[in-house]
Amino acid sequence: MASHAIPTHASAASPSSEQTGLWSWLTTVDHKRIGILYLYTALFYLLVGGLEALLIRTQLAKPNLHVVSAETYNQLFTMHGTTMVFLVVMPLSAAFFNYLIPLQIGARDVAFPRLNAFSYWVYALGGLFITLPIFFGLAPNGGWFGYAPLSGPTYGGGFNMDFWVLGLQILGISSLAAAFNFITTIINLRAPGMTLMRMPMFTWMSFVVQFLIVLAFPVITAALFFLQFDRFFGTQFYEVSAGGDPLLWQHLFWVFGHPEVYILILPAFGLVSEVLPTHSRKPLFGYNVMAYSGIMIGFLGFGVWAHHMFAVGMGPVADSIFSVATMLIGIPTGVKIFNWIATMYGGSLRFPTSMKFAIGLIAMFTIGGISGVMHSSPPSDLQQTDTYFVVAHFHYVLYGGAIMGIFAGIYHYFPKITGRFMSEKIGSWHFWLNFIGLNLTFFPMHFSGMLGMPRRIYTYDAGQGWDLFNLMSTTGTYMLMIAGLVFAYNFFSSRQRGAAAGNDPWGAPTLEWSIPSPPPEYNFAQIPEVASRYPMWDLKAPDRTEGIAHSHADAATIADAHAVPVHEETERRSAKELGIPMPFPTIKPFMVALGILILFSGLIVLHAGHFALAMATMLGGAAFMVGSLYAWLTSPLE
Amino acid sequence: MSTDRVHADHVHEHPTWKQYKWVALWLFIITVAEVWAYYIPALVNSKAFVPSILLMMVVKFTIVVMFYMHLKYDHHLFRKLFTGPLTIAGITLVAFLFLFGKL
Amino acid sequence: MATAAAAGAHEAHEHAHYTTTGLNHRKIAMWAFIGSECMLFGSLISTYLVYKGRSVVGPFPHEAWTSPTGQVFKPILNIPVTSASTFVLLMSSLFMVLALAAVENKGKPGYEGLLGSSKFWLAATAAAGATFLGFQAYEFTSFVHEGLTIKTNLFGSSFFTLTGFHGTHVAVGVLWLMTMLFIDMKRGLQPKDAINIDIMALYWHFVDVVWIIIFALVYLIK
Ligand code: HEM
Ligand SMILES: [Cu+2]
Repeated sequence: MASHAIPTHASAASPSSEQTGLWSWLTTVDHKRIGILYLYTALFYLLVGGLEALLIRTQLAKPNLHVVSAETYNQLFTMHGTTMVFLVVMPLSAAFFNYLIPLQIGARDVAFPRLNAFSYWVYALGGLFITLPIFFGLAPNGGWFGYAPLSGPTYGGGFNMDFWVLGLQILGISSLAAAFNFITTIINLRAPGMTLMRMPMFTWMSFVVQFLIVLAFPVITAALFFLQFDRFFGTQFYEVSAGGDPLLWQHLFWVFGHPEVYILILPAFGLVSEVLPTHSRKPLFGYNVMAYSGIMIGFLGFGVWAHHMFAVGMGPVADSIFSVATMLIGIPTGVKIFNWIATMYGGSLRFPTSMKFAIGLIAMFTIGGISGVMHSSPPSDLQQTDTYFVVAHFHYVLYGGAIMGIFAGIYHYFPKITGRFMSEKIGSWHFWLNFIGLNLTFFPMHFSGMLGMPRRIYTYDAGQGWDLFNLMSTTGTYMLMIAGLVFAYNFFSSRQRGAAAGNDPWGAPTLEWSIPSPPPEYNFAQIPEVASRYPMWDLKAPDRTEGIAHSHADAATIADAHAVPVHEETERRSAKELGIPMPFPTIKPFMVALGILILFSGLIVLHAGHFALAMATMLGGAAFMVGSLYAWLTSPLE
Repeated sequence: MSTDRVHADHVHEHPTWKQYKWVALWLFIITVAEVWAYYIPALVNSKAFVPSILLMMVVKFTIVVMFYMHLKYDHHLFRKLFTGPLTIAGITLVAFLFLFGKL
Repeated sequence: MATAAAAGAHEAHEHAHYTTTGLNHRKIAMWAFIGSECMLFGSLISTYLVYKGRSVVGPFPHEAWTSPTGQVFKPILNIPVTSASTFVLLMSSLFMVLALAAVENKGKPGYEGLLGSSKFWLAATAAAGATFLGFQAYEFTSFVHEGLTIKTNLFGSSFFTLTGFHGTHVAVGVLWLMTMLFIDMKRGLQPKDAINIDIMALYWHFVDVVWIIIFALVYLIK
């Protein structure tokens, strides 16, 4: 499948690396190449999730259509949601974490390069595990939040939800391992002078997101273990006849689920916070407030989960608490919107495609944010929950927010990653098709929802006032597909033929723009010493940073790091010539990931009723995993 | 927060056997007290039982974390990395007890 | 998850490299991992407590129960045995800090004899961990004999899952300890290796504090 296409396409993206070919991609521990792997894999899944959406919308274009069966429809919306959340937006964010965090903080790699490769391979294999069953009609079919007991053995006895439960467990390992890695990287690998309050805003938002992952994922891990044990070992966690409580799943899921939505959106916020100041040629307005509001959102994000459950009747006290907390969290979010607008205010603006997408995010996210505040009031939410109104809401924040922000990031960083510009003309087409298509798809859903159309129905009768709105939504979806093709064309043709970009094509303020594009494998020939938040503007446009604090790290620290003042790096020499030790490529992280996949697959065999084979698979997988792990841990890094 | 670099590996001296044995002794005494309390029916049936068990549990927890895990001596960063998540876990647990009618 | 942490935990990338805080990468990652474990065990313990007293059939932890067929079940938790295993685990934490002190201070005055023998203390910690696991195996089998399995009722499901997860953590710790002991026997641990023991000790003590909580909330409070 596409995983074969990844290496060949992507290899050209880093001409600096001496090795190419499949093996070098399987064994790479370079954060930039791993970032590129994430990018290609996640874009492939965006295509998959998009095609699923296309089928969904085709089925709903008119009343009483039978493009797909009801059962297939269940699989489609479940896989669409699961794919978009876990296989598209999170990994696209991870692509940027990988590529950018070390570059933005002036580091040569992440703290644990091999663990980083491990995270990617667990994601890649886990993605296949959860996606391939759709070709056999066995894809998960219980919705992306897998409500028990529907997802349990009594009502969901087939293999379908097995793949969901186990697949999410696998993907969780990937996210957690990456989170420990990035937390350590950001704490411990910042260049001298790069205090926390000088970190680029993308790194800040990523930092917050890693903590959200570290705290939210264990909760769904526990919930999934209960479900897994119910399904495979006959426990009774969600078995109503034994006294099990369906609300337990819902609470655990949303304790994870709400922070998860910030995990999806904050990286996009971070990207936009890089794009806007660059093209406004003006420092980010209210940097401190931006950082603190990110932390606030992260913290409050753990106290609002039950706003997804107003309909279950938790009682007035719980309803009020969660309602108020949800309204409160709108404040730091609103602050960000105003700060972005204030950043542009009075700037000398440029409108390349990345800037269009960034401004698009501000507008679209605001619409989604407003409908979100409407849900925070229980009486109002009771009218909206489980209708297309909610579908409209979360697509404005996820598509209009996360995806638009990520597109802004792709257009902005493409020159850094490939050394070439993307076409602005085609980019502009992409943006406008996307912008119109998105509104045409999702705005009418507010109306169909208000008129009572429930989500997750595979067809509907005519004459309920929903027909026109559904046709509009479907038309918009086809437009979005065309936009996607335009983007793909732009992406691949620019990779081959785009105009050459130098170190700093946009005149941007942060460290990643001080080194060649694409960066050499060691990133920085000399570790830069940072004296302010906008080191590159200090160098090139000092008038913009006059009002900003400057100070130098102490001499001992600078000497310790062999750091030199920030400067533009133009020479491109090999790590060996420069005497920079680089980590060895290694296959072992891939092997450990493979062992984990085999281990989990054993449970599917168990469900199929082959006890001995299942045990053999699981023990074999576990032994392979532990053996590879020991081999990994006992071999030197560099 | 992170400007204060730790230059030598051990600016913070870990405690030694002299302190550790006292820590162990206290942990032992409190554990004995916990189990003892469990076997006094009058106490178990009184309102004081649950709070006193919880109190002893918290004291033991704190002692291990502060002395054996060196949080009392180590870099403040570690304290933040631990107490932050611990607080969120604690609040979530209490919220669950409330939501499921256990409080 | 434990695997992921262990993987990170051994990856020495920082030797002779500059770091912002001067702290060890792996130690930072271990504390972040422990933070994450707080949420994992928080969820498991919450679930146990939420389901406490909601099983529709016995056996129960603290009350006797007569089944519809007239069979009588005692309260199932065995406090004397678990108190003993709790004591063993607490002592293992003492052995662990002594192992760390022995490695840190190798060759220093006052650490010539037993106090300086990292091999002895590592072996003692591993043995205590293994003993705890032995107690747990005994407890689980006797429960099964008395009619409580993971499938019997909500109590069985949530009890075995919670304590089983804890036991798995202990088992990983014992494996880790034995690996370190093996290295110590092969080439002798030196003060420069202390950071590796330090990180392992953090994991070990954390597993111990989780047990402190489980012992109080599951076993002692009725
Ligand atoms: C190509 C553009 C997209 C279209 C046309 C689209 C369409 C839809 C539709 C019609 C549904 C409702 C299905 C139903 O309730 O029967 C849905 C559900 C959903 N979508 Fe999308 N979507 C798109 C992109 C995205 C993106 C980018 C994300 C996330 C980042 C996303 C996340 C979700 C989620 C989480 C659900 C809920 C699934 C469930 O009910 O379990 N979608 N989508
Ligand atoms: Cu929410």
